[in-house]
Amino acid sequence: MKHLLSTADLSRTEAIDLLDTAEEMSLVSTQEVKKLPVLRGLTVVNLFFEDSTRTRISFEAAAKRLSADVITFSAKGSSVSKGESLQDTAQTLSAMGADGVVIRHSGSGAPHRLATSGWIDAPVVNAGDGTHEHPTQALLDAFTLRRVLAGLPASGPADGARGLGLDGAVVGIVGDILHSRVARSNVHLLTTLGARVVLIAPPTLLPIGADSWDCDIAYDLDEAIAEHSFDALMMLRVQQERMQQAFFPTAREYARRWGLTDLRVRALPSHCAIMHPGPMNRGFEIGAAAADSPRAVVLDQVANGVSVRMSVLYRLLTGQSAATGGREGQS
Amino acid sequence: MKQRTVLDGPEIHRALTRIAHEVLEANKGPEGLVLLGIPTRGVPLAARLAEAIARIEPSADASALAGALDITMHRDDLRSGRLRSAEPTRIPGGTIDGRTVVLVDDVLFSGRSVRAALDAVSAIGRPEAVRLAVLVDRGHRRLPIRADHVGKNIPSALDERVGVLVQEIDGADAVTITGPDPDGAADGSAQGESR
Amino acid sequence: MNSTLIRAARMPDGTRADIAIVDGVFADPADAASPSTVVDADGLLALPGLVDMHTHLREPGREDAETILTGSRAAAAGGYTAVHAMANTSPVADTAGVVEQVHRLGRAAGFTQVVPVGAVTVGLAGSTLAELGAMADSEARVRMFSDDGHCVWDPLVMRRALEYVKAFDGIIAQHAQEPRLTEGAQMNEGAVSAQLGLPGWPAVAEESIIARDVLLAEHVGSRLHVCHVSTAGSVELIRWAKARGIRVTAEVTPHHLLLTDEEVRSYDPVFKVNPPLRTDEDVRALRAALADGTIDVVGTDHAPHPAEHKCVEWTAAAMGMVGMETALPVVAHAMADHDFSAADLARVMSARPAQIAGLAHHGSLEIGTGANLVLVDPDAAHTVDPDAHATMGRNNPFRGRTLGTRIVDTFLFGRRVYASGALGTPLEFAEAGPWND
Repeated sequence: MKHLLSTADLSRTEAIDLLDTAEEMSLVSTQEVKKLPVLRGLTVVNLFFEDSTRTRISFEAAAKRLSADVITFSAKGSSVSKGESLQDTAQTLSAMGADGVVIRHSGSGAPHRLATSGWIDAPVVNAGDGTHEHPTQALLDAFTLRRVLAGLPASGPADGARGLGLDGAVVGIVGDILHSRVARSNVHLLTTLGARVVLIAPPTLLPIGADSWDCDIAYDLDEAIAEHSFDALMMLRVQQERMQQAFFPTAREYARRWGLTDLRVRALPSHCAIMHPGPMNRGFEIGAAAADSPRAVVLDQVANGVSVRMSVLYRLLTGQSAATGGREGQS
Repeated sequence: MKQRTVLDGPEIHRALTRIAHEVLEANKGPEGLVLLGIPTRGVPLAARLAEAIARIEPSADASALAGALDITMHRDDLRSGRLRSAEPTRIPGGTIDGRTVVLVDDVLFSGRSVRAALDAVSAIGRPEAVRLAVLVDRGHRRLPIRADHVGKNIPSALDERVGVLVQEIDGADAVTITGPDPDGAADGSAQGESR
Repeated sequence: MNSTLIRAARMPDGTRADIAIVDGVFADPADAASPSTVVDADGLLALPGLVDMHTHLREPGREDAETILTGSRAAAAGGYTAVHAMANTSPVADTAGVVEQVHRLGRAAGFTQVVPVGAVTVGLAGSTLAELGAMADSEARVRMFSDDGHCVWDPLVMRRALEYVKAFDGIIAQHAQEPRLTEGAQMNEGAVSAQLGLPGWPAVAEESIIARDVLLAEHVGSRLHVCHVSTAGSVELIRWAKARGIRVTAEVTPHHLLLTDEEVRSYDPVFKVNPPLRTDEDVRALRAALADGTIDVVGTDHAPHPAEHKCVEWTAAAMGMVGMETALPVVAHAMADHDFSAADLARVMSARPAQIAGLAHHGSLEIGTGANLVLVDPDAAHTVDPDAHATMGRNNPFRGRTLGTRIVDTFLFGRRVYASGALGTPLEFAEAGPWND
């Protein structure tokens, strides 16, 4: 694994290994020294061509806990706004000696382009590209879900989740699937880990071609809740501007049909976790009762984000030389 | 390829029992002791050492003595080596602060693993003292490190391989020395400090 | 008397014959008893010079992408003796002045006959008809009009344009793309776009415009040409319209005959084009339609872009591919399964386009017509190397592919403008007697 561009590229073994390593990383926050020396002397560059304070901070914290130096490059106020291309930026960073690049971009495929164009020879982590993928978000969702399914605390140090997949779990993903990179990454990853995914959305917010995905599709949230015994329901953020583009008539109608209202929370199985990638639109895609319910693991997801991103950076920035055999420990 | 066994099961058992006595003697009893095995084979060895201590000192609870300390994140060859997955760290009693930590490993060779373990220890707390117990010391140290308790000193050549097998992982107990392999092919068995 | 004798060429019908050229027109070999030049065409296939109904030469305005000279050289290297230069230049070719400039620059280049296409509407804006008559009456004698790059979306404007050009036997070439259905579109809408998270360009956005336009053409009794047909549904609509007697002709590009949207998985913008690469099912329908004549012609939609417009992330990249220099080998390759003969190649790449565009001196090897001819080696496997091409555009999607047909010689009104695989000397306009007939 040279880059992390899409969860579709992860095998079950690789995915579980990333989650297991994240379990170890989650212990660091309980240590006297909340830092590991693994990336000492390495430079991680956060290339943020699109605003995302939450994701940027999470990656920064992850890199710093691994003792890496972090350079954050936000497109606003940078040369990108003056017409400098992704190529020039990448080559500049390469010349400065970036050992790993975390990229967030509004265009789908930009991380893929960065990784394969030869502009830079460093591992690339996709921190969200357009409406394509957001692999670390899916990993932190899977991490949280795995904890919940094992009956463990959803975040913080806990023993017992290592080695497990998500076999047999039923996960509903509700909302704007069409524009959601979180949904795409989760469909691949959760399925790879053995879960069954049900996408629930207005037909206008489901991509043409989604019927070829390895998941179920439903238009009616109440019917889906009645039909499936959900272990988790993941509510996606819906941008209210979508109604100007005729995806749905009004916010009110959306909330009534696809929002996680108090009534729907009561209809869910009692063990069903409520997830949201944040930030939440309260009263729109998620009601107050759901957002504040003890079953909501939204803040656990945020906490787990750092551990998962530490795991990813550790995977990509260490142990890449294939030449060494089994004896190096004896040297 | 010549292979000879230098310790068999009963000999390993006797060596661990002796180390248990030594640890108790040095610590003046089991109070404040915590035995941390270094994965992979140090972990079952630490558990057995704890059992041996509990046999000698009935007041001691073996399961409350033995744990595991992962050193992966503190190794000095992370970037050049192959990809390594972290193993779980388990600290019995939750903390090492003020306690005497006995690091337990199968083979002491270059000393690099022990150096990493010392870093890992200091990252998780501030013990009263740290001691080192190994089943085999095969020499060839690269760092100023020595063991406090040694099961057996086994002089070896650099191109020989010292293998430790433990029942819990390998299905048998033995320490073997294998001469240089004319084909250079590696077998799958444990090889001292290579993990 | 300037005469050339081409010996023992394989003709499109499979026979072997000598071809004589006297003063820029095909002549009876008996009349060229002592030719000034003899070309040995043993083993080579002779086709009438190729005619491209769809090329972007970028000049005036984007000379950093292509000029009429470099584009003309690319045409000669690709076997094209006539190319239609689309109107989306800067300024737009929506006046007699601009089309005459393009016409003159084409003559000055002398590597191919550059036929300007006039814009249908002022500034390609889709609202006001350009002075179509003035362009038709100009020195450039424009007959084909297109807002290519943009769809003539307003049904009333389209109706009027179709009607108006009847006065001078003009033809409207429509870029069929419903604009509202394709806002922000990046690639074909389907399973691949769903996975890649790129906004989709649905087939229906093309098909709905074609359906409307064939009905309009029927209603007003005009000629309609559909540019770069890309979907199986479009093929069905055109087949239906032709069966009904509607005067519609259709074009397909070489890339839509060979490539699918699976290529987009690489996110390499060299595969970004408008209309987008479609599915395998569409590709198969397009090939069948070209073979059975439902689709009349191959047009390259040669669209050079400077490197900085392609060496970027997919969503920021320009749409378009170059293709004049690889068109014939790609079409021969793509149609290999359809029992596509040399005569078929001559039909779709030369005779039909010349006929639709009204170019009397192109599209045939008949004695008395302009000596526009290409000699190809049908069995010369080679690897496509866009860096060696004459076009300034390096955005050729076939880079690295092995193709079997190679252009050897191109004759423009008797002048060997491409000779044994290298550019020759251009034709001076003064020499080109029949050019302006």
